[in-house]
Amino acid sequence: MLRLPMAAGSLLAAALLIAASLSVLTAQVSADGIATLRGPAELTGQNEPPRMMPFVNNDIRATRNYPEQPPVIPHNTDGYIVDFNSNKCLSCHARSRTGDSQAPMVSITHFMDRDGQFLASVSPRRYFCNQCHVSQRDVKPLVGNDFVDIDTLLLNRAKK
Amino acid sequence: MTRETDISRRDAIKIKAAALAATAAGLSSAGLTAAADAANLVTDANETELKWSKAPCRFCGTGCSVMVATKDERVVATHGDALSEVNRGLNCVKGYFLSKILYGRDRLTQPLLRKTNGVYDKNGEFTPVSWDEAFDVMAEKFKKALKEKGPTAIGMFGSGQWTVWEGYAASKLMKAGFRSNNIDPNARHCMASAVGGFMRTFGIDEPMGCYDDMEHADAFVLWGSNMAEMHPILWTRVTDRRLSAPHVKVAVLSTYEHRCFDLADIPMVFTPQTDLAILNYIANHIIQTGRVNKDFVGKHVNFRRGNDDIGYGLRPEHPREKDAKNRLEPNGSSEMSFEEFAAFVKDYTLDKAHELSGVPKNRLEALAELYADPDTKVTSFWTMGFNQHTRGVWCNNLIYNIHLLTGKISEPGNSPFSLTGQPSACGTAREVGTFSHRLPADLLVARKEHRDFAEGIWKLPEGTIPPKPGAHAVLQNRLLRDGKINAYWIQVNNNLQAAANMNEETYPGYRNPDNFIVVSDAYPTVTAEAADLILPTAMWVEKEGAYGNAERRTQFWHELVPAPGESRSDLWQLVEFSKRFKIEEVWPEDLLAKMPEYRGKTLYDVLYRNGQVDAFPTSEITAGYANHEAEDFGFYIQKGLFEEYASFGRGHGHDLAPFDVYHEVRGLRWPVVDGKETKWRFREGSDPYVTAGSEVEFYGHKDGRARIFALPYEPAAESPDEEYDFWLCTGRVLEHWHSGSMTQRVPELFRAFPDAVCFIHPEDAKKQGLRRGDAVRIMSRRGEIQSRVETRGRNRPPRGLVFVPWFDASQLINKVTLDATDPISKQTDYKKCAVKLVKA
Repeated sequence: MLRLPMAAGSLLAAALLIAASLSVLTAQVSADGIATLRGPAELTGQNEPPRMMPFVNNDIRATRNYPEQPPVIPHNTDGYIVDFNSNKCLSCHARSRTGDSQAPMVSITHFMDRDGQFLASVSPRRYFCNQCHVSQRDVKPLVGNDFVDIDTLLLNRAKK
Repeated sequence: MTRETDISRRDAIKIKAAALAATAAGLSSAGLTAAADAANLVTDANETELKWSKAPCRFCGTGCSVMVATKDERVVATHGDALSEVNRGLNCVKGYFLSKILYGRDRLTQPLLRKTNGVYDKNGEFTPVSWDEAFDVMAEKFKKALKEKGPTAIGMFGSGQWTVWEGYAASKLMKAGFRSNNIDPNARHCMASAVGGFMRTFGIDEPMGCYDDMEHADAFVLWGSNMAEMHPILWTRVTDRRLSAPHVKVAVLSTYEHRCFDLADIPMVFTPQTDLAILNYIANHIIQTGRVNKDFVGKHVNFRRGNDDIGYGLRPEHPREKDAKNRLEPNGSSEMSFEEFAAFVKDYTLDKAHELSGVPKNRLEALAELYADPDTKVTSFWTMGFNQHTRGVWCNNLIYNIHLLTGKISEPGNSPFSLTGQPSACGTAREVGTFSHRLPADLLVARKEHRDFAEGIWKLPEGTIPPKPGAHAVLQNRLLRDGKINAYWIQVNNNLQAAANMNEETYPGYRNPDNFIVVSDAYPTVTAEAADLILPTAMWVEKEGAYGNAERRTQFWHELVPAPGESRSDLWQLVEFSKRFKIEEVWPEDLLAKMPEYRGKTLYDVLYRNGQVDAFPTSEITAGYANHEAEDFGFYIQKGLFEEYASFGRGHGHDLAPFDVYHEVRGLRWPVVDGKETKWRFREGSDPYVTAGSEVEFYGHKDGRARIFALPYEPAAESPDEEYDFWLCTGRVLEHWHSGSMTQRVPELFRAFPDAVCFIHPEDAKKQGLRRGDAVRIMSRRGEIQSRVETRGRNRPPRGLVFVPWFDASQLINKVTLDATDPISKQTDYKKCAVKLVKA
């Protein structure tokens, strides 16, 4: 995995980025076409669809990309019912349940209404957890991502 | 899960955590090592201070405002903007991962031209070239097409994801510069039926209400809109209202169960196409139970009988077209009385609606009562279920019928609300007039006085803009295939993946040896792969931009980071390309003779250096922000384009605020008059355009009245039969935006939903000999793909229907779909065609 060397000066970084992209592109043009997300088949052909992989279910928290990012769910949520009668997620993540479950408590931001006032319980605007929090299938992304988090960026600065 | 299993899982977590801690000690990341140097924390403000700027989200039409943190010319974080009225600090999962969409490793950074032995070759391999060479070849191809066949031989396909000024610059270049109306946005696939509905019923485009309706409604009705996945932040507002005010009811109509059903008091799965019958039944119910708001109807409404049997927008030689009585006059209508209208809908009884739709009678009645009860404030939402429909304009007309019969419109909580799909489907595609038949501010190319007005603002000779509407999206593909359009430019969209009937129409057109296809994109999409020239393109906060959301809110952002490599914005590309054309090369002598002062000038001079677009110096750019386009052209081009564009609508019901204001505020809802935005149009006291004393005025039509249309139920273009025995419905998923070209490159979003699947009823799967996870061939008369069988999860189709999302570039479901369109709006029906399923 090629990390963008931010400390190397923006010119060098840009040059490397171009070089990296081009080497990938040239190879793909001669082999399978350039549409990276397409798989091996020609546009008029048919890929064998990848097998459906299970969700990661190891309960190991993934590092967030930045503090404001909603954490991804490190366990399977297949079959969890969240509707206006009940919310399965809160049976572990509600404040009152975290002692028993040892699950992380829902963020304090989730108790605030539209006007930033704290309510007695989780705000209904945050009720459907799956709008922000998603489980992860055990698959490898088709394309890498060169996002650099702030700590790495500052470290590279310090090195410079 | 029971309490016991919770606890055993807790133990398991503890063990895993201990093991992980041990591993982490040996594998500490670079960041942790550095922090350990001192106090485990960086505290120096020079280091920790982030520059936070606002920007609207890059994805859907909700128009959430996002705060974007930058450091050293990189986006390092994003979060929901607490000061935004739209989202008040929230984002959906896509929005929260906006930071990473810029950084997919395969960003395009140089123009790529298909070449063999160093020269352009349609069958050559993509080879890096300079911008100069790219534009040289491109200009040559466009000039050749113009010279040989004229302006109808070129075309452009843009997007509701263009910024306002990009769409404006493109429309001006095509319609005024090249004198070709063959420009259309992908909003044609998305919003055209909504536009048709607005224009027919109200004579003016876009919703009269606003998002504030959600905090006032007593009932919500979703018609073919999966807001929980497609407009998640609006769904948080609906959820908030429903759960915090227990009297509120939610009714959800769809052809399959989806996540919105989790909040549905009245869930309804109906047979595809029968929404038309349900809508007419509700109108009938209102009339039969004596709940017509007679005062409102008498003062503000007229009745029209719309033409029926209008065809399906297929190629004219298709048997279904030949037989259609009104295929040449689909938009026609004639006057009728209220009594005649009442007699027309009288056929749509509860029994009939139930028999056609399959929805239980008690639920249909409960639904009808939400509208009929004068004490219930009801907000209706719809998106692609209505719009992607061969009778999409009718659906839009029919829902307005119900709101107009009861007078439940243009006031807080009473709101027929057409949601938009794209971030600037309203702001750019519709308001700027990038459709093949439109000009800015709802003006039409077919009307002489509208063309005159536009030519006046643009300082162009009379007769510059051609009067005949150009080719719409689906027709463009057909004309490419037929070799009638030969030079074609696609910006900000992935139409090979998005357009219906790829095998028979789109792909053959792109690869037609007579044609030269240019694609501007940030990433190598399947459309790019089918192109001849690819232009690397800056995206989102790599340029200064403006979007307009579904509630008429215009929002601006600054350029926050530079684009990688040689990427340039769509705006830069359009304007730079215009320099390659001398006016003599594109205008005939008789036109030029009317303004001889333009002789010898380029399109760039005539269109963009006209004393208006170039009126503002770069010194007016907000301090602290870069602007690569303005630096290159030497003037504040975005401001000039915006102000020229805004002059179309000011004083005509589409007033926009001055440019600089939008960089300060979290958007404003037009019309903005005397600095004040408009929340509810057509209502006195809220809308400054309403004549004093009239209370309500639908001023889009000259008589100030809205239209109620009598329109029947008619069957779909293609329905299941013995051989092709399933309905196919396509759509999106929460985690991916459209064709997935951005979101599939964010690892967290990719892992959440990596591949398309075929959602199917478990009994249907069993009947076909399919088990969950099996590979399955999905076949229509036009093509096939393979997917995997999914009998569980978020979508639960009824017997006889399958749902397949279209985000997956390796499962191009639009090889299977049918390019039938609404004959009025020309929008494709992606929700209904017939397929068979075979185990792979």
